[in-house]
Amino acid sequence: MKKLVLLGNEAIAQGAIDSGLSGAFGYPGTPSTEIIEYIQRSPEAEERKIHKIWSANEKTAMEEALGMSYAGKRVLVTMKHVGLNVAADAFMNSALTGANGGIIVAVADDPSMHSSQNEQDSRVYGKFAMMNILEPSNQQEAYDMQRYGFELSEKFNLPVLLRITTRLSHSRADVVRGELLSENKLSMPKDPNQFMLLPAFARVKYKKLLALQPEYDKVSEESPFNNFTDGKDKSVGIIACGLAYNYLMENYQDNECLHPILKISHYPIPRKMVEKITSECDSILVLEEGMPLIEEMLKGYLGNPLNIKGRLDGTVPRDGELNPTIVRKALGLGQFKSNPIPEIVEKRPPALCRGCPHIDSYKALNTSLEKYGKGHVFSDIGCYTLGFLPPYNAISTCVDMGASITMAVGAASAGLFPSVAVIGDSTFGHSGLTGLLDAVTHKSNVVIIIVDNDTTAMTGMQDSVVTGMIEDICEGIGVEKEHIRIFNPLPNKHDENVKIIEEEINYNGVSVIIPRRPCIHVIGKNKKAGGKK
Amino acid sequence: MKKDIILSGVGGQGILSIATIIGYAAVENEMFLKQAEVHGMSQRGGDVQSHLRISDNKIYSDLIAEGKADLIIAVEPMEALRYLPYLCTDGWMITNTKPYINIPNYPDIESVIAKIDEQPKKVSLDADMIAKEIGTVKCMNMVMLGAASPYLDLPVEKLKEGIRTVFGRKGEKIVNMNLEAFDSGRKAAENK
Ligand SMILES: Cc1ncc(C[n+]2csc(CCOP(=O)(O)OP(=O)(O)O)c2C)c(N)n1
Ligand code: SF4
Repeated sequence: MKKLVLLGNEAIAQGAIDSGLSGAFGYPGTPSTEIIEYIQRSPEAEERKIHKIWSANEKTAMEEALGMSYAGKRVLVTMKHVGLNVAADAFMNSALTGANGGIIVAVADDPSMHSSQNEQDSRVYGKFAMMNILEPSNQQEAYDMQRYGFELSEKFNLPVLLRITTRLSHSRADVVRGELLSENKLSMPKDPNQFMLLPAFARVKYKKLLALQPEYDKVSEESPFNNFTDGKDKSVGIIACGLAYNYLMENYQDNECLHPILKISHYPIPRKMVEKITSECDSILVLEEGMPLIEEMLKGYLGNPLNIKGRLDGTVPRDGELNPTIVRKALGLGQFKSNPIPEIVEKRPPALCRGCPHIDSYKALNTSLEKYGKGHVFSDIGCYTLGFLPPYNAISTCVDMGASITMAVGAASAGLFPSVAVIGDSTFGHSGLTGLLDAVTHKSNVVIIIVDNDTTAMTGMQDSVVTGMIEDICEGIGVEKEHIRIFNPLPNKHDENVKIIEEEINYNGVSVIIPRRPCIHVIGKNKKAGGKK
Repeated sequence: MKKDIILSGVGGQGILSIATIIGYAAVENEMFLKQAEVHGMSQRGGDVQSHLRISDNKIYSDLIAEGKADLIIAVEPMEALRYLPYLCTDGWMITNTKPYINIPNYPDIESVIAKIDEQPKKVSLDADMIAKEIGTVKCMNMVMLGAASPYLDLPVEKLKEGIRTVFGRKGEKIVNMNLEAFDSGRKAAENK
C-alpha cells in the first residue's frame, strides 16, 4: 500500500478509520485538534457516515462515546490534556462501566505549555483510572495503536487511553497503512447492567477492575510496543517512554548504544522487564515526556536503594518537554558546537490580528471601565485572552474554560463592583451556560460579555456549537430580554458601544452583552467541513 | 544524503508550504522525512518554526538537536537569527532581509542585517521585493524556496512538481506565478 505522509494526529485518525471506527467525538484543543479535523476531511469517513461533528465540550464528547460503545460500535474520543479534567467524571467512571464497542480516548498533552495553561501528564489519569495506556513513539505506532487499542479495549471490555504529546501530534512522517477492518454491528451489551453504576453494582465492578490488574501486567509484558534491548555497559540502563525513545536513539544514529534500553509505550509498566533492567544495571536513567511518573514509581516513597536518575535529581529538567539536546546532556555526551541567539533578537509573542473584532470590544470596554480602575474583568480562554497584553491590558484573569462568568459571580458576591466577565462564543457553549444559570439564580450584579466572532478561532476556525443561538440561550436561562444587548464592535461605533456597556454596568442584575462581528479569517471563507451548516 | 533544515518566520508567512514542497520532493526521491510544525497559539503573529529532516536512512527524532542543522531557511531576518543555536558551525543561513514588524520593540534593522552578514555562509535577499515584481508579495515564500534550492541537493524538477501539487487547485495562473517566483529566487541566490 502507498505510504502516506501524516501528522501524528492524522495517523491516529487514519488508523482509527482503518480499524472499523464508527464515530469520533471531541472538542478542539491544541495539540489534539487535527485528529477530528482529518476525519472531517476524509472521503472514506464521509462515505461510511462516521460521526465526526464537534461536541459542546470534552465531557459531552466522552459520554457520547460511551453511548456509542454501549451500542457496540468502535469509537474515538479526542481532547487536549486539560480537556480530560472536564471529562474526568465520565472518564473515571468509564473504567467501571467498561466498554462494549472498543473505546480509545486520545488525549494530547502539551509539555512546555506551547498553547496551554498547564502541562499535566495524562498518564497520571490513566493510572488513576487503572486503564491501559498507549504512548506512541512515532507516527507509525500512532497508526498501528488504533487497531491494537480497539482490540485491547474489546478484549478487556475497557476503554484505552492513548497519550500523545505536542511534538508527535504536530510532526509529519511516512506511515504505511494496514489491513482495513469493517465496523462492528449494532449490539447491546451482553450484560444489560454493564453501564449501571448504582453502588451495589459499582462495588462489584470495582472489584472486577482490581482483579484484572495482573492480566494487564501480562499484556503489557507481551506488548509489541514495549521492548528490551540488551547492552554490554551496565553502568547505566535507560528506560525511555514514548517520544523520549526517539530522542534517545537520535543520539546513537552513528554509533551503537552500549547501554541496555527498555522502551515503554504500553502501560501499566511491564514489571518483569523493569525488574530485569534495574537488577542488572548499576543505575537507571529515566527519560519520560511530562511528569516523572515512572521515576517516582521506581523510587517509591522512601527512595529505594536503586540509583535512579531523571527529572527528580536534576539529570533532566523538572519541567518542560524533552528534546534531543536535553537527552544528550542527560546521557553525558558532549554538546555540538553552535552560536547563541544574538542579543538583539526580541521575543515575538502572539497577538490579536489587525482588524480583529476583539480589539474594538476591548477598546469600548476599557473606556467604560476607566473610572473604576483596573482589575474588574474576569476572562476566559480563546483569542480574546490576548487582550491581556499591551496595548489593551483589558483583562485580569484566565483560569479554565468557563471560569470568567463564575469568577465574576463570586467576586460580585464578595462586593466587587463592577464585576465583568468576557467569554468567547465557543467557550460559552463549552461551559458558560451553567455559570450563567448560577448568575441568574444568585441574582448577581454582573455584566457578561460574550464576544461572538462566529467561530472557535484560537484552535483554527472550528464551528462553534452556539452560533445563531446565543441570545435565545441567555433568555431561556433567565436573563431579562432588555438586558441582552448586541453591538457591532467596529471603530466607528466606539461611542455607542461604550454607552451600552455603561448602561449595563449601571443595571443591578445580570446583563449579557454580545459584541458580534466575525473573525477576519472567517469572512468570505468557507468554514471547514464537518460541523453544522 | 541527509539534510536537517530549520524553517522560520512569523505565523501566517507561509513557511509550511515551503516545508510541504521540500517534503514532497524528498519523499518522491525515496527519502525518509520528519517535519515538526507549530500549530496553535503562535500562529497568531508569533514566531513559528518547522524542523524539517530528510534522509536516506531512518530518522528517529522529530526535532533537530542544537548545532545539527545544515540549513536555516528564514522568511524574516530576525527569525533567521533566533534559530542560530541550531545551525552547525559550517551550516548555511538563507534569509529574506525584509523585516516583518509587528512588535513595538523590533530591533534596528541595520543591526539585524549586520548580524546576518557576520555569518560565514549565508544568502540574503529581499524576497518581498522580488515577489512584488512578479505579481504579489504572497509568493515571497517560493522566492525563498528558490533561493534555498541550490543547497537542498534535491532535483529542481521534483521541487517544481511539488509547487504544482501544492498550488494546483488554485489554478494555472497561481501555479505559474509561484514557479516564476521559485526561478527568480534561485537566480538571485546563484548570483550572490
Ligand atoms: C478544557 C479546554 N478545552 C479546550 C481548550 C482549547 N481552547 C482554547 S481556546 C479555545 C476556543 C476558544 O474559542 P472562542 O471562545 O470562540 O474564542 P475565540 O478564540 O474564537 O476568540 C479552545 C477550544 C482549553 N484551553 N481547555
Ligand atoms: S484569529 Fe480571528 S479572533 Fe483570533 S485574533 Fe485573529 S481576527 Fe481575532
